[in-house]
Amino acid sequence: MSTTHMNTHDAHDEHHDHDPAPHNVFGFWLYLMTDCLLFATIFATYAVLFMNTAGGVSGKDIFELDFVLVETALLLISSITYGFSMICAHKKDKKGTLSWLSVTFLLGAGFIAMEIYEFHHLIVHGNGPQASAFLSAFFTLVGTHGLHVTAGLIWMAILMIELIVSGFGSRTVTRLSCLSLFWHFLDVIWICVFTVVYLMGAI
Amino acid sequence: MSDHSSEAHSHGSVKSYLTGFIWSVILTGIPFWMVMTEAFDKGPTYITIILLAIVQIFVHLKYFLHLNFSTDQGKLDAYSFLFALMIIVMVVALSVWIIFASNAMMM
Repeated sequence: MSTTHMNTHDAHDEHHDHDPAPHNVFGFWLYLMTDCLLFATIFATYAVLFMNTAGGVSGKDIFELDFVLVETALLLISSITYGFSMICAHKKDKKGTLSWLSVTFLLGAGFIAMEIYEFHHLIVHGNGPQASAFLSAFFTLVGTHGLHVTAGLIWMAILMIELIVSGFGSRTVTRLSCLSLFWHFLDVIWICVFTVVYLMGAI
Repeated sequence: MSDHSSEAHSHGSVKSYLTGFIWSVILTGIPFWMVMTEAFDKGPTYITIILLAIVQIFVHLKYFLHLNFSTDQGKLDAYSFLFALMIIVMVVALSVWIIFASNAMMM
């Protein structure tokens, strides 16, 4: 029964010359939901381990909230600039899309630079991931988010090159839409990170 | 099925992005201000920042990720998110519960 249904569904779509883009974007959304589960397990690990400081530093000792506030601002502003880029992309405005993407890329790169600085600062002061269970969990959680943002930046650079070289193809907006979901999704994860790790750690 | 092909992914407008952004700034600013100034006791601060984070997540889902219950695609996105959310709550809340309970027993 289900096969028959699938076939009629496909035929229906082909009949109307249906654009596969919404399905691709939905497929990517489902991937993001599995990524959510990855982050959920890392958050659970952090919640379980954050008090085990092995006599070393705790969150209150190492977190600098004004630094984190700037990181948060960079990521939040990059979310809205990506949104503006998508609005231009739907109008097939190549110049606008590229400009807003560049701004988003710079903000994201600024965020990653600050995070690398923070990690480096912690490690040279002997507070690396090997120092305690708390720091292992901290580096895993914040580092995994940072790796995702880095992957997003590489992806964004590739899309910008594609856009410069070959302009708007039939798939460009679909690709930009997927990255848009990824980028906004990472901002949602960051809300959890700054609340659970930095703010609750610093209270 | 009839309106399946007629709708695209909802795109959002400059206005909706700005609305989401302003809400986010407010919902980020208040918890940082509360913790940095230490204006309130620990208990109320914890509860407030957690509640504001949850509200901000839904603001992002609505204005930036365009989840909704009015279009077919929005429903698919939203229901798959709700399913993931159920698993997340089970994984995180039950892990924390069981470990904190066992910690309490070891005391």
